[in-house]
Amino acid sequence: MSHASQTEEAPRNVAATRKGETAISARGITRDFEAGQSTIRVLHGIDADIRSGELTYVVGESGSGKTTLISIMCGILWPTDGMVQVFGTDIYALSDRELVEFRLKNIGFIFQQYNLIPSIDVAANAAVPLIARGIGVSEARDRAKVLLDKLNIGDQADKLPSQLSGGQQQRVAIARALVHEPRLVVCDEPTAALDARSGRRVTDLLREVAVAEDRACIIVTHDNRIFDLADRILVLEDGRVTHDGAEMPEDH
Amino acid sequence: MLWIAIRMLTGDSQKFYGLLFGIAFSTLLITQQLTIFVNLIERGASGVYNAPEADIWVMDPVSRTTEVTYAMPSTALDEVRSVPGVEWAVPHLRAAASVRTASGDLEGVTIIGVDDSTLIGMPERMAVGDKSVLSRPDTVIVDDVGVLNLFEQDQDPLGQRLELNDQRAVIRGVADAIPSFTSQVTLYTKYSQALNYVPGTRNRLTFVLAGVATGTDAETIATRIEQQTGLKAETRERFSGAGVDFIIENTGIPTNFGITVVLGFVVGVAIVGLTFSLFIRDNIKQFGALKAIGVTNGKIVRMVAAQAALVGFIGYALGVVGTAAFIYGFSGNPFFKGFYIPWQIPLISLGAVIVILAITGWLALNSVLRTEPAAVFR
Repeated sequence: MSHASQTEEAPRNVAATRKGETAISARGITRDFEAGQSTIRVLHGIDADIRSGELTYVVGESGSGKTTLISIMCGILWPTDGMVQVFGTDIYALSDRELVEFRLKNIGFIFQQYNLIPSIDVAANAAVPLIARGIGVSEARDRAKVLLDKLNIGDQADKLPSQLSGGQQQRVAIARALVHEPRLVVCDEPTAALDARSGRRVTDLLREVAVAEDRACIIVTHDNRIFDLADRILVLEDGRVTHDGAEMPEDH
Repeated sequence: MLWIAIRMLTGDSQKFYGLLFGIAFSTLLITQQLTIFVNLIERGASGVYNAPEADIWVMDPVSRTTEVTYAMPSTALDEVRSVPGVEWAVPHLRAAASVRTASGDLEGVTIIGVDDSTLIGMPERMAVGDKSVLSRPDTVIVDDVGVLNLFEQDQDPLGQRLELNDQRAVIRGVADAIPSFTSQVTLYTKYSQALNYVPGTRNRLTFVLAGVATGTDAETIATRIEQQTGLKAETRERFSGAGVDFIIENTGIPTNFGITVVLGFVVGVAIVGLTFSLFIRDNIKQFGALKAIGVTNGKIVRMVAAQAALVGFIGYALGVVGTAAFIYGFSGNPFFKGFYIPWQIPLISLGAVIVILAITGWLALNSVLRTEPAAVFR
């Protein structure tokens, strides 16, 4: 399915889901990248479902296509072919503007390098999605502070990100991903820069604050130290799903 | 989001001040150089401005400006006076002479001979003394360039004697005059006295200054003078314009100042473009994250526009204030006397700043808009 061909209106309101119901439904996802004269197929017609109320890992070696898959699932990279429904909305049938709005309302992102804005304080960083939705800075910061308190860094709200440790910055990134109460939370290698203990603590924290009955949480990782904390694991190899289960297969 | 954009920019103080410097420097260079250029070429009309009573300047047809002249027979004065519509007409002499200063130096000067009885042809104001002193024998009034060039800093010019073309001249006043384009010393004296100072030639009447009757159009009378006398007659406005045009056409000044202004623009584009690009490059991950989170390209454009507007406004203000400070700081120097900033020049530099920011902002923005949101996962 090419982006250019998507012109029809799609439903704007996402359907309510209960625990165990499908939050993301991906069908026949294929993605090609141009590399000079040749075309490289990174994803080969993947079918996958992500369910609400679960902490789902997307696992695979570097180059297996997990980041590409997750980018397509959360609406920031168009598939070459296939369809993605997020809470019942065919997101690639939306216009560019509608898709951006959809992401702003329904998806929270936690990036590997946090990507916090260095010159605004912690509360403002956490409040970015609210500010982007047009909420006043003061009100947005107040709402973000509530979440920062919940994440035990409320006392750091007025500091700049550079004054915080890596773990604390991670929490600010989590707060930013959750402050607008999205239905889907996407985390890219959240434990990659952390030691084993901190990594488990962050994952526990994500489970505590990001997993809810009507919310899906996907973690892209290759950190085998936290595999046991997943509710469900999708294993990707060479652009294909080779395992879908509650635990890692023994040969990994 | 504009609040975030401004904080992103001001939070990176090195680049923020770099951008301010680039804009301020460009504005200063463009505004200051254009100001000097305009004021300098207007000096080509200083001879006209210094004789404010004259509505019409009558001269030999080959004369072009107050500095480029060919003398007329003295009968020209009566011819002009006989033209209907001419209220009054007085002789005006301009000639070059040499002065031996007290320190033994030789200084080239311009002698201006003004009408003996009315003193028409003198600058409107005096810096020191009164115009009436010209009635005293051998008297000359010097301009403030002369005070600076002919005398020591703490020396009082009043009462000083000069050897002017081998004749005695006594300074008894200082005129508040606009310096000439070449900033040459000017000595004012009575027309009859000036004839004594200027080496004898058959024709020595340089100009006839004429006033027109109230309610009469100067252009019409000038045309009438030309038709009736065969001389060249220019209104005050046209003759001052001719002086300016002469400078533009016969000197390399427009080219030189033009090059400097263009350099100011290019330097602005280079500094601002480089700094803005670095700023955007340093924040490309943040912009990518914002795009992924759900900030539209439209909002990103407005964010970068707000950043450009902020540095543009502050940098431009600094540049214009810097130019004003320069003009004010040098206002006591006779060479910069009367310099002002024409209102068009800040508008021109504002236009240049807008173009600089539009070019550099667009270049910087382009990389942000081309960044895929998915890039933040790589």
